[in-house]
Amino acid sequence: MSNPRVAGVGLTHFGKHPERTGRDMFAEAGLDALDDAGVDPDDVEALFYGNFMGELAEHQGHQGPLMAEAVGLQAPATRYESACASSGVAVRDAVRTVRNGEADVVLVGGAERMTNVGTAAATDALAIAADDLYEIRAGMTFPGAYALMARAYFEEYGGTREQLAEVAVKNHEHALPNEHAQIRQEITVEDALDAPIIADPLGLYDSCPITDGASAAVVTSAEYAADHGLDAGVAVTGTGQGGDNLALHDREAYSRSPATEDAAEEAYADAGIGPADVDFLEVHDCFTIAEVLALEGLGIYENGAAIDAAANGETTRHGETPVNLSGGLKAKGHPVGATGVAQLVSVTKLLEGRHDRAADVADAETAVAHNAGGTVASATVHVLEVAE
Amino acid sequence: MSESVPDEGFDEWLDAIADGEGYFLECEHGHGSLPPRRVCPQCGSREIAETPLPDSGAVSTFTIITVATPQFEDDAPYVTAIADFGPVSITGQVRGVDHDEVETGLVVGIDTDRTVTNRDRLVVFEPR
Repeated sequence: MSNPRVAGVGLTHFGKHPERTGRDMFAEAGLDALDDAGVDPDDVEALFYGNFMGELAEHQGHQGPLMAEAVGLQAPATRYESACASSGVAVRDAVRTVRNGEADVVLVGGAERMTNVGTAAATDALAIAADDLYEIRAGMTFPGAYALMARAYFEEYGGTREQLAEVAVKNHEHALPNEHAQIRQEITVEDALDAPIIADPLGLYDSCPITDGASAAVVTSAEYAADHGLDAGVAVTGTGQGGDNLALHDREAYSRSPATEDAAEEAYADAGIGPADVDFLEVHDCFTIAEVLALEGLGIYENGAAIDAAANGETTRHGETPVNLSGGLKAKGHPVGATGVAQLVSVTKLLEGRHDRAADVADAETAVAHNAGGTVASATVHVLEVAE
Repeated sequence: MSESVPDEGFDEWLDAIADGEGYFLECEHGHGSLPPRRVCPQCGSREIAETPLPDSGAVSTFTIITVATPQFEDDAPYVTAIADFGPVSITGQVRGVDHDEVETGLVVGIDTDRTVTNRDRLVVFEPR
């Protein structure tokens, strides 16, 4: 068994494109990935596709075959739905399918159309990743759920809105040269603190935007890549997935994300590395507190220690362990079903030296992509490495 | 949607809360959970039975939500909290107290009320 390669990647612009259909966005990303890989569409043996709110935003279920058709594939296609971790889970199945020899070439990706329904309906649609009976009917929103986690974190470990604001400032700065990013605007800590509160203690600038977009990657066996002379120098060496109770109130702690911890442990063991080996990361920062929880769940920091990481410069592009060089969900945008594969796209380009921020991690060899669903009732972690 | 067809287990639970006879499900190992449920989510035990809710709980975390879903548009701003009732924790809205007086550790009782927006039933906590 050899580790699958990321042979090609594609991404639409992330932003407000209310008029663009999901099928058109995914066609763009998918075709770009196939062209980037130099793979004949006839060689693609399966499409694994992530999407969360298609029924609500586009009145469109059964999107797998629709998206295969949009990209011109004659292959079986399956939609994955795990809230905001939808395409992270799709990546995991693509990796495992190629690893176990069931396929040599899989197209993996995701898309989400969100801005066409407006902010209120999008907030409502996102909320259904929570427990309907016990959370949604109590008025829970997603910012609200992460606010509950932020307050619990502050109570247990200490922390301030200023420290969270530093996470937003960092990710906005990282996104500045990213042509795919939704928000390319530098902000200050004061800007973040002065922004309207959405769910106390989280404000507008603690939150990712509502985004339209699509992402895709061609995952192949190492043998296929070699046989076809593909330029595929990045391998997926570790994959892990964790789960947790759906409702936040059923968890043992609100200030940690055990699903991330489990996914990381599995992915690190799979790759034969530890957190100290990770050169940079793309993590699920749907809210600023989410980045803090992710870095602790991934073992990059001890519990209670990541709240200072951005403020201290450790996770900025000039720091020891840069985090979210693409701008993260916070600034790049978060078309939920596309996010997991978009992270794979960013990490691959950074390791290949063809990302806008690649110079900041020029010698990097090992990176992690972390994708979370809901209040981290689902999490996937993938380890990517420069192939020898 | 829940007005015409009840959600079995959940609506009976809300009725019991409203009647001051709230309960939770407790497994043979003392783990708490909320209905409808056939298996303890913590240990997998199928030996679960209705147990009276403690008279009061304590707010373990809370938030003041200002941007709501359409179903809560006219309710905002409101306080959503998780309250700890011993073996079980429950999510609800804190009412009967100024928002800026809500804090973790606040001792609350549980009841049901209606949303402002659609008059839907919901779980509320009020200071004891």
